[in-house]
Amino acid sequence: MTNLAPRTEPNVPDATMALATAAAERGRKPRSPWRMMLPTMTPWLAFGLVLVGGIALFGIIGPLLVQDPTTIRDSGLQPPSAEHILGTTQTGQDVFAQLAFATAGSLQIGLIVGVLATILSAFFGILGAYIGGFADEAFSLFSNVFLVIPGLPLVIVISGFVPQAQRGLWTIAVVLAITGWAASSRVLRAQTLSIRNRDYVAASRVAGERAGRVIAVEILPNLLPVLASQFVFAVIAAILGEAGLSFLGLGASNSSTLGTMLFYAQNGFALSLGAWWWFVPPGLIIALFGMGLSLINFSIDEIINPKLKNVRLHRKRARVAARLERSRVTRERKAAA
Amino acid sequence: MTISEETRTRTGSDRPAVISIEDLSVVYEVDHPVTAVKNASFSLAPGEILGLAGESGCGKTTLAYAINRLHKPPARISSGSITFHDRDGSDLDLMALNEDQLRAFRWTKLSMVFQGAMNALNPVTTVRAQLDDVLLTHRPEMSKKERTQRAGDVLERVGVDRRRLHSYPHELSGGMRQRVMIAMAMLLEPQVMIMDEPTTALDVVVQRDILREIVRLRDELDFAVIFITHDLPLLLEISDRIAIMLRGEIVELGTADRIYRAPEHEYTRQLLSSFPSLSGSRGAFIRTGDDEGQVQRS
Amino acid sequence: MTTIRVTDLTKDYTIRKGMRRGAFRAVDGVSFDLVPGRTIALVGESGSGKSTIARMLSRLEKPTSGQIDVTLDDGTPMPRSLYRRHVQMVFQDPFASLNPFHSIEHHIARPIRIHRRASGAVAVHEKVLSMLDRVNLTPAEDVAIRRPHELSGGQRQRVAIARALAPGAEVLIADEPVSMLDVSIRLGVLNLLGRLQREDNLALLYITHDLATARHFSDEILVLYHGRVVERGPADDVILNPQHDYTRLLAIAAPDPEKIGKVVSSEAAPDRSTLDNSICYNHFTQSWESSEREPARA
Repeated sequence: MTNLAPRTEPNVPDATMALATAAAERGRKPRSPWRMMLPTMTPWLAFGLVLVGGIALFGIIGPLLVQDPTTIRDSGLQPPSAEHILGTTQTGQDVFAQLAFATAGSLQIGLIVGVLATILSAFFGILGAYIGGFADEAFSLFSNVFLVIPGLPLVIVISGFVPQAQRGLWTIAVVLAITGWAASSRVLRAQTLSIRNRDYVAASRVAGERAGRVIAVEILPNLLPVLASQFVFAVIAAILGEAGLSFLGLGASNSSTLGTMLFYAQNGFALSLGAWWWFVPPGLIIALFGMGLSLINFSIDEIINPKLKNVRLHRKRARVAARLERSRVTRERKAAA
Repeated sequence: MTISEETRTRTGSDRPAVISIEDLSVVYEVDHPVTAVKNASFSLAPGEILGLAGESGCGKTTLAYAINRLHKPPARISSGSITFHDRDGSDLDLMALNEDQLRAFRWTKLSMVFQGAMNALNPVTTVRAQLDDVLLTHRPEMSKKERTQRAGDVLERVGVDRRRLHSYPHELSGGMRQRVMIAMAMLLEPQVMIMDEPTTALDVVVQRDILREIVRLRDELDFAVIFITHDLPLLLEISDRIAIMLRGEIVELGTADRIYRAPEHEYTRQLLSSFPSLSGSRGAFIRTGDDEGQVQRS
Repeated sequence: MTTIRVTDLTKDYTIRKGMRRGAFRAVDGVSFDLVPGRTIALVGESGSGKSTIARMLSRLEKPTSGQIDVTLDDGTPMPRSLYRRHVQMVFQDPFASLNPFHSIEHHIARPIRIHRRASGAVAVHEKVLSMLDRVNLTPAEDVAIRRPHELSGGQRQRVAIARALAPGAEVLIADEPVSMLDVSIRLGVLNLLGRLQREDNLALLYITHDLATARHFSDEILVLYHGRVVERGPADDVILNPQHDYTRLLAIAAPDPEKIGKVVSSEAAPDRSTLDNSICYNHFTQSWESSEREPARA
């Protein structure tokens, strides 16, 4: 989990690092604040972006390029071949084509839930924390209630409650969003409370800024990294949650997602019949997408807590410095001997 | 920068120095390596209070850490030597000690009170437990009763009631916690104590009390002190000699009296003039409204 | 010009200990006047209530009781909506009082726009540059596009001062404006405040724990102890001829370069436990004033 620690006493390495960075940046044109918010490119981040980008591309463009996933053929449960890259399902449908549409469906849900959950958590977390007093207590209580209610059982119950015919993509998305926003709102509330007490927020109030603008202009930009991180978490949780629901048969009835694919694969006894090409790809896509998003989140963590960046940079420098010092000591000892 | 001849003379008698530092340089191996300490040389006489004055970024804390070999990578000592001249006559090259020897050396011969030490106490254990810890590590032959007795003795030495042994850190005021930290540093009767801004976060009245304790303890136990702070008037009052640091270099070193009456370096003069006097005439503080605010290129 | 009259300002905080609630009186019946062209210093240590007074004057907190009366040039009381335009504050921590996300231009342009000191992007930009020039941050164009972390502490504090004056404030509350700055640049920033006060005929409230700068920089000093004023009068009178025990304690405790080598002062320091803050010595009337205060209400 990200470290939302407030400013502590500066230690010597950080202070020196700051001096060195300042010295390096002097004379150069200042970077825009948005640029400063972006994480530095590391191999991990690049890998994560490639995974997420690749799968997203597959989900967006794939459906336009593959054959019809619903065509039923005689050739059931065929292993991968030239004609069907990922083989066929029990009813002869092309797995690869299904995969493309399923990915699109899952991405859709992930995005919708991500946005909805983030809006909900931002509203209950940030606004309550800023207003303080009774509103803060009320919103906080509300979030805690939702937090305590077990998520998956609630989703199952609500899902089961809605009749099959009306259980569309949007219903599932709303259900997932309602059950998943609470944890995020606690994080945002804590962070807002921390920022609200900073001098620069007080300074803008003293300057005469109205409450709405203080939140929007002073507090929100500093919350963006945390919001981004929570959004990514929400997407991961949504995709996994949806997969779980669909696997249990409670998913969206009219659309195809990675979860429904797994559901059909289970019903078609793919595992016992050894038809790995049916269930491994959707599972793999879920896993890889989640991994990619998590890697991106690690990089966002470095923006939220810059000390993590120092840890990473220091590790390499520390080895270099330690090696140099050791070699100097042995050199001097040899010279003295 | 040439350092005046006074650095070579001892304060008072022929007692040998307790620490000699020769040409010490510390470099931070970051993308653009930063030399935090440049060719620092000085010696510390036994029982002397040496003040190390300078502002943020001048390298005084880095120097203190380096003397203790507490500096962590990416900082490294790029040149120079640190020699400890023990009371029993032997000389120790601090750069050559391995981990075990360093651990034996630290706290018994040389101890340090860190910046923000008031918050360095473990909040979940009592004062007694923490002092006990130090004794257990370095004097395993002492019995529990002896340890508690010694801890109580040291606390009383720094002016804290023995009964406070059973208190938790949050039950003590800031000044008291600082005294406990000083007591912890004194526990094994080191020959040198390095204090990094020990009174900065304290009220001026409490600060005065702590300073009084430090000088009194020095008189009683005869340990040398390296006192690091940006507060020059404070150093002028308690130090025997003062070293002024600027951007990693020691730009001036001399007795407190000489530094105040006849400062040689421009920066020393600038520092001295930044402190308006309480007792002098009001015009002694320049109030011309003249100020420099150019975007600095330091 | 705007005048502020503070009468009997009091602030109580409720402290909760488990199920019980107690009241803590942070500020108790403080009165003073802020008059154009005069600097009043509020001297006290941590816990004396000086920051609470600053927060109440800048309307970040509501007083429990007491009055803050603001009168305009023509003697009429000022409407509350104009308060922020006339009364502004400079915060203590230059590293925390500027939003790291925004440019310097944003910080100064916002108050200009809010209080309609200029309209239209070009006019606002011109005003921003002129404010930066006034606080000696030149070249102004260069500084305006930078973000806070690219400036030094002293520069940031100058930006904070520029921001405070941008609405056209006539009363400035400076809450320990230089205590977190490096020693050698404190003078410069204080001189800047002095110059701006003379140029704009500001009423300045200088809050500090440093007796020495309070003496040289202000016309009148109020000494605060545990929320009450214990001594007030012209700066030199209070410092050179302190009457209340607490003021004497502060004066003795402050480091003074004139006292080289005299750590243990010859003057007997007043005992801290006997300090009585219900009496106040007023140098203007040369008399003691006492006040019986009601206890704090939860």
